[in-house]
Amino acid sequence: MRRWLAVAVFALGLGGVAQAAIDTYKFADDAERERYHQLTKELRCPKCQNQDIADSNAPIAADLRREIFRMLGEGKSNQQIVDFMVDRYGDFVRYKPALSGRTWLLWFGPGILLVGGFVVLAVIVRRRRGQAITGNTELSLDERERLAKLLNKERSHD
Amino acid sequence: MKRWIMVLPLALFLLVAVFLYRGLYLDPSELPSAMIGKPFPAFSLASVQGDRTLTQADLVGRPALVNVWGTWCPSCKVEHPYLNQLAEQGVVIHGVNYKDDNGAALRWLRDFHNPYQLDIRDEQGTLGLDLGVYGAPETFLIDAKGVIRYKHVGVVDATVWREQLAPLYQGLVDEVRP
Repeated sequence: MRRWLAVAVFALGLGGVAQAAIDTYKFADDAERERYHQLTKELRCPKCQNQDIADSNAPIAADLRREIFRMLGEGKSNQQIVDFMVDRYGDFVRYKPALSGRTWLLWFGPGILLVGGFVVLAVIVRRRRGQAITGNTELSLDERERLAKLLNKERSHD
Repeated sequence: MKRWIMVLPLALFLLVAVFLYRGLYLDPSELPSAMIGKPFPAFSLASVQGDRTLTQADLVGRPALVNVWGTWCPSCKVEHPYLNQLAEQGVVIHGVNYKDDNGAALRWLRDFHNPYQLDIRDEQGTLGLDLGVYGAPETFLIDAKGVIRYKHVGVVDATVWREQLAPLYQGLVDEVRP
């Protein structure tokens, strides 16, 4: 029993080692670690496209993490690191692409659609309300006669 | 006014249909390369054979294909015979052996024939990173000045060559001649 317990404890320890081995970077301070996490969350893996490079297990993502770590160590700014990636992999690698002639629709498209929707809604509501107020609610002579006939029919059935 | 409203759903439908139809033929795994129009990145790496050091200056002079490959990449094996064929036809092809074991690469080139004029050994993937490579095979087309003009992601086969690469390559060759 004790031996099994020892084996189990040993295995647990191994698990810990294996997990830590995914990325064992030693950061100079907490601020640098924080920037590393922020950057790897903000950049997209070019290979497995719907993961950020912090999440991805693709070899290319590991390479990019290593590059980010290296550049942080060299004292590069976040902007320089992002520019480095965009130079090589294009706007695609940014989850938040820079505002440019090519990306303005991406940024403002949803807003434009929303505003357009409200405009259409406002126009429809206003038109309906206008109709309700100005529309003639009184019955014409013709209509009154028809109504009287219908009511008479009803009564004669009783 | 009323007629205009009646046509609106049809117009919207057609707009969406055009976008979706285009989407059918887009491959989302193919990223537009950020490197097109830029000079081939600077590098200084040994050759796979280990007999010399290669730099970006060695690529200047003739239009060429630069093929990024590795023995770990199954699709590279698929395209290799076709590269051999192109090399026999006189197309200039350089190889970047990307993140590979050098011994395995040497065996591969011996066993399957070597279509490359220059064999760049990028064991650490540093050149690949500068090229924006995110897998293999990838094939770049460079002009005589060493500027990247086109990038193809995936296997180069007869169709890809005929429809995409050959016209561009021929254009670059003609650019040099007169």
